[in-house]
Amino acid sequence: MLCDVCKKNPATVHLTEIIDDQMNELHLCEDCARNKSAAMEQQFGLSDLLAGMADFEKPNKDEENIAVKCSNCNLTYADFKKVGRLGCGECYNAFRKYLAPLLKRIHGSNQHVGKSPFKEKTVAKPDRKGLDLGNLKAEMQRAIQREDFEEAARLRDQIKLIEAKKES
Amino acid sequence: MKINDLLNHTSEWLKGTGPNSDIVISSRIRLARNLSKYPFPHWASKAQLEEILVKISEAMSKIDMLKSSTLFKLADLDAIDKQFLVERHLMSIEHSQKTDYKALLVDDEEIIAVMVNEEDHLRIQLMQSGFNLFEARDIINRLDDSLSGLLDYAYLDDFGYLTACPTNTGTGMRGSVMLHLPALVMSRQIERVLAAIAKLSFTTRGLYGEGTQASGNFFQISNQVSLGHGEDEIIENINGLIHQIIEQETQARQILLSKNKEVLEDRINRSLGILKSARIITSQETIELLSMVRLGSDLGMIKDINRRTINELFIITQPAHLQKLENKKLSSDERDLKRAQLIRKKLNLL
Repeated sequence: MLCDVCKKNPATVHLTEIIDDQMNELHLCEDCARNKSAAMEQQFGLSDLLAGMADFEKPNKDEENIAVKCSNCNLTYADFKKVGRLGCGECYNAFRKYLAPLLKRIHGSNQHVGKSPFKEKTVAKPDRKGLDLGNLKAEMQRAIQREDFEEAARLRDQIKLIEAKKES
Repeated sequence: MKINDLLNHTSEWLKGTGPNSDIVISSRIRLARNLSKYPFPHWASKAQLEEILVKISEAMSKIDMLKSSTLFKLADLDAIDKQFLVERHLMSIEHSQKTDYKALLVDDEEIIAVMVNEEDHLRIQLMQSGFNLFEARDIINRLDDSLSGLLDYAYLDDFGYLTACPTNTGTGMRGSVMLHLPALVMSRQIERVLAAIAKLSFTTRGLYGEGTQASGNFFQISNQVSLGHGEDEIIENINGLIHQIIEQETQARQILLSKNKEVLEDRINRSLGILKSARIITSQETIELLSMVRLGSDLGMIKDINRRTINELFIITQPAHLQKLENKKLSSDERDLKRAQLIRKKLNLL
């Protein structure tokens, strides 16, 4: 028997799919089966669940929360709702207002008890030199001035990437 | 160490030793950690991922506990090698996909495995044979302390360790115990047990973690909540729960022995018979039959095969292990033949 999808390789995986009470038998080769299972995971993954929970938090959805953006990594709250993942540690400060209730919903608490890293942390300081565009551009200029072109190129790539992310 | 060196080595967690090892296969703890300032892996640029990998590798190379370990860059490995590492529970399936700037550090004993640039910058894992969560916690704590002395972790006083997914925020810790519960499955009590576990905010998974089905009566139980409870409290909660499940499984085994001894003996010996004589066998069937043989060995019905041999068979009969042993790519049908051959060889020699 040949694979139902690619019609090339022998079918070794036999799958019964039920969609809307319709039973469907599929005979797949290993490669197509792997793709199929990845697609199924994507259809309903953790991100949907989390996004669902986040939605639940805000019954009277004002557009304001969607546009909130993390100044360190440029992830918006809308991005978080789409992918179910935060962009960086700073996002927890940027979206604190929405995350605190979400964390409470997930864990039953939003107050950490337990160990902390040895060193005193400065993560929470908003004025620290971050990865924002202005800083990066200034750093790139300084690198060019001291003729450290490797570093300048690295910074240029980083700037490009942030700008590309901004545009999309 | 090269990947092939692992092939002839028994992972610590498969040794079949440690407390309650008739029911508990292994105990593991993992910590999710991220570097402050850097975007989490899914949101980072290639240049940033590379920087993160360099920083973490440098830090790890300075740590005494990691002296006899090897760092594998995932992009350098072929598909079989990656699957091989997944089968050995050294890394997740997710880590074997989109491998740019991902790495895995494994120590020679396969007790410590650190994934770099998986969902979080660092996923530190510690594996022990048997029911041994407290020792696992002590070792991983030391390693985490050494790393936090060298790396700037993303952390906030109120939210704890910050992770890409908010389900891991707080301690970033997941403790899990792999259990073999054939008697609870056979006596149809397992549904009740699993339902109770879910109510207590614990998760049950199959042999290969997230999204995998329980097979061969193996269940991996772990905490779901990581924020609002301290590390010790989380470990103690799992510990208490596992103790209860062990007791239930032990009781169920005793009842099966006293009420259905012949039936049980028949099933166990038939399973061994098939394994010793089959010419074609899938990995699913292998796991199910080995599960029965393991029970037979635990109950003293099978005397000449020890737990370690059975545990090893679970792993070396997996697809990538078979292909590495044969040193070539095998189709699914070819693997079923080779698997049967390997099992016959291992069991009939004894």
